[in-house]
Amino acid sequence: MSNTQQYDYQPGHLTASEPNKYGPGTLKKEEMVLNMGPQHPSTHGVLRLEIVTDGEVVVDVVPHLGYLHRCFEKHAESLPFNQIIPYVDRMDYLAAMNSEHAYVMGVERMLGIENDIPKRVEYIRVLVAELNRLASHFIAIGTYAMDIGAYTPFLWLVRDREHILGMLEWTCGSRMLYNYIWIGGLFYDLPVGFEERCAEFVRYLKPKLVELHQLVVENKIFIQRTAHVGVLPMATAINYGCAGPVLRGSGLRYDLRRVDAYSVYPELDFDIPVGKGEAGTRGDCWDRNWVRVAECWESVKIIEQCLKQLNGKYVRTRDFDPQAMVPKKIRPKAMDFYARAESAKGELGFFFRTDGRSDVPVRCKARACSFHNLSVIAELSRGGLLADLVAVIGSLDLVMGEVDR
Amino acid sequence: MYATLIIFLLMVPGFVVVGVYLERKISAFIQDRMGPMEVGKWGLLQLIADLLKLLQKEDIVPKAADKWLFLGAPFVIFAAVFAAYAVLPLAPGLSGSGAAVGVFYLLTIVSVDVIGILMAGWGSNNKYALFGAMRSGAQIISYEIPLGLSILCVVMLNQTLDLQAISFQQGIYSPEPVYLFGLKDLGVDVTQMGGFLSWNIVRNPFLFLAYIVFFIASLAECNRAPFDLPEGESELVGGFHTEYSGMRYALLMLSEYGMMLLVSLLGAILFLGSWNTPLPNIGPLRLADWTSGEPGTWLGYLTGAFWLLTKALLAVLVQMWVRWTLPRLRVDQLMFLGWKVLTPVGLVLFFVSGVWRLLGV
Repeated sequence: MSNTQQYDYQPGHLTASEPNKYGPGTLKKEEMVLNMGPQHPSTHGVLRLEIVTDGEVVVDVVPHLGYLHRCFEKHAESLPFNQIIPYVDRMDYLAAMNSEHAYVMGVERMLGIENDIPKRVEYIRVLVAELNRLASHFIAIGTYAMDIGAYTPFLWLVRDREHILGMLEWTCGSRMLYNYIWIGGLFYDLPVGFEERCAEFVRYLKPKLVELHQLVVENKIFIQRTAHVGVLPMATAINYGCAGPVLRGSGLRYDLRRVDAYSVYPELDFDIPVGKGEAGTRGDCWDRNWVRVAECWESVKIIEQCLKQLNGKYVRTRDFDPQAMVPKKIRPKAMDFYARAESAKGELGFFFRTDGRSDVPVRCKARACSFHNLSVIAELSRGGLLADLVAVIGSLDLVMGEVDR
Repeated sequence: MYATLIIFLLMVPGFVVVGVYLERKISAFIQDRMGPMEVGKWGLLQLIADLLKLLQKEDIVPKAADKWLFLGAPFVIFAAVFAAYAVLPLAPGLSGSGAAVGVFYLLTIVSVDVIGILMAGWGSNNKYALFGAMRSGAQIISYEIPLGLSILCVVMLNQTLDLQAISFQQGIYSPEPVYLFGLKDLGVDVTQMGGFLSWNIVRNPFLFLAYIVFFIASLAECNRAPFDLPEGESELVGGFHTEYSGMRYALLMLSEYGMMLLVSLLGAILFLGSWNTPLPNIGPLRLADWTSGEPGTWLGYLTGAFWLLTKALLAVLVQMWVRWTLPRLRVDQLMFLGWKVLTPVGLVLFFVSGVWRLLGV
C-alpha cells in the first residue's frame, strides 16, 4: 500500500459546513440543536458552536472549527524563516508582538545567537510585547463585559487601547500586524521620544485601570453573572493543556515568563496573579477575568521598569543599530526544535524541523494557546444556562485566527 | 378628545426621534465618544437618515416563517403600546379618554404586548427568536405582579382608577383637602401650597419605595437593560426581532421607545405628581400658582404638558443611564429578582400603604 492517500473529494466541500454531531437520531425528545455562529456577536470571530439545549439549559456543546483557516503551517513550509514573521503576526492578531517574540526567539536559539542580541533590543522587545499584552487583555476584558451585557467598558478600553496602537504604529508603521521584531534584532530602533510618550501613557492609564475595576470587576451584576459559573478545576485545566490566564485562573502559578525565564524577564520584578476564588469558586469565569485585570497592572509594572532601563543603562546612542545582529543567512543545523513563550493568551509554542540545507523549515507547527483553551468549552458549559455559555466563551478569550491558524 | 389623539399620534413618533438621538448622545457621553456627528449639525439629522435607510430596506419574510403571524406581530405590539396612551392625561382637561378604569385598562392593554412578541418569536420560525419570545413572555408576566402591586398602593391612596382624577389629587387643584404626609392628625393642610408636598410619594412616604419597585419592574416590562434578555444581543443575536428588517423593524423600535415613554409617563402620573408643578406656594411666594395655569385654559394645557413631559423625560434619562452602565442579568436571576425580591417587597408595601391610608383618614 502506498503511503499517499487520495483525498476523498466531495462536490460540495467548499460550501458545506462540517456536519452536526447531533441529529434527530441522537437527540432526546425535549432537546434542540441551536447553531451558534459562525456569524454570532459573542463567538468572538468565526467560531461555530453546535449547542444541544433543553430549554435554556445547555446539554452539550460541540465546537466546529476551520472558518478562519489560512494554512499558516503549510505556508511556513515554503518561506524562509524571516518571511514567516508576518504570518506569525496574523495568528493572534490581537497580540502580534508577543507571537513575533516567541517565534523569533525560537529561530535565534536554533541559530545559537540568542546570547548575542544587544540588551537594548531585548528590552525594547519586552516593552512592545508587554504593551501588546495590555492591548490584548483590554480587548479580552472589554468584549467579556460586552458579552455580559455592559457596553461601556468595551468602549472605554478600546479608547485606551487606541493609545497603545498609536504608539506601536509609531515604531513600525502598522497598527496591528507589526513585523517589528526581527530575527537577530528589530526593524527599527524606537522612535525618538517614544520613551517619554510611553511614560505619559502609563501615567494616564493607571487611574483608568482603577475605574475599570470599579465599573466591571466589582459590579454586583457582573459578579452574579460570572462567579461560580464555568468552574475549571486545576486538574482539568492541566489535562486539557490550558495555559495563560485560563490556567492561572484555576490557581496554578504557571507563567512561562518566570518558568522559562527567557529574554530579560529574570531581571524584571513582577508578580504572577492567580485566581483565588475571591468572588465565587476558584477557577470560575470571574477569576479568569480578574487574572487578566491583575496582569494589566503587572504589565504596567514591567513597562515602567523597561522604560527605566531604556532611559538609563541602555539608553539610545547615535551608533546603535538594531539590525546589527540580523544574520545574513538564516540556516539552522538539521534538528527538531521547540520554542515557547508566554503570549497574552498563554503558552505559544513553535515546533521547527530543519534539514540544515535551506533557510526554509521543513515543518513549522504552532502550538496555539487559544486552541487548547477552546477545548475545555464543553466541560465548562455543560449543565449551565445559555447565558452562562456566553460567559464561558468570553472568559476563555478566544482569538479564532490563532485557533484555526 | 380628538385633539389628544392627534397630540399623542404626533408625540410618540416625535419622542422616538428625540429618544433615539438622546440615547445615542447619552451613550456617547458615557462612553467617551462623540456619537453621531456627520449628518447635519451635531448629527441632528441622523435619525432621518436612519429612517430613510430603514424605509428603503427590503421587507424580508423568511421562507419558513408563518407569514401572517410574522407580518402581523409588529402591528400587534405597536397597537398594544399605542392604545395605552388613550387614557393618559397630558394636562388638566386634556386626556384621550376619561375612562374611570384607566389604570386597569392600562395594565391589561400593555399585556397584549406579550401576544405580539410571542407571535413574532413563533412566527419567525427561528430558534433565537423563539428563545427571545419565551424569555420575554416569562419576564413580562412575572414583572407585571410587582408592577401591579406598586400601582395598587397608589390606587389605594387615591381611591380611584381614573388617571385624571389621580392627577388632580396631587396638586393645588385637588378637589379634596390634601394633608402633609397624608396624615389628617398632623393637621397641616397643604392643599393651597401644592407643589411636591402634595405628590403621592410625599402623601405616603412609602410610595417612594413603591416607585423604585415600579421603576425596576417597568424596566423589565419594556425589555430595557439590565433586563433586555429577550433581545440579549450577546446570546440571542436579536431575540424576537432577529428576522425583522426594514419598516417592520422600525415599527418594533418605535414600540420599544413608545413603551419607554409610556412607563415613564405612568410613573410620573402615579407617583411624581402628574402634570402638577413641583414648586410649592410658600407664603406670598406663589410659586405653584405662577407655574401652573387654570385647568381648561391654554396656559393650563401648556404648563401641565410641560411638567408631565419633563418628569417623564427625566425618568427616560435614568433608564438610559442604567442601560449604559449595568450588565445584563441571567434568566434565573431575573426570575429571582421578580418573584423573591420585588413581589414580597411589593406585598409589604401594599400592606403598609393600606395601614397608612387608614391612619390618614
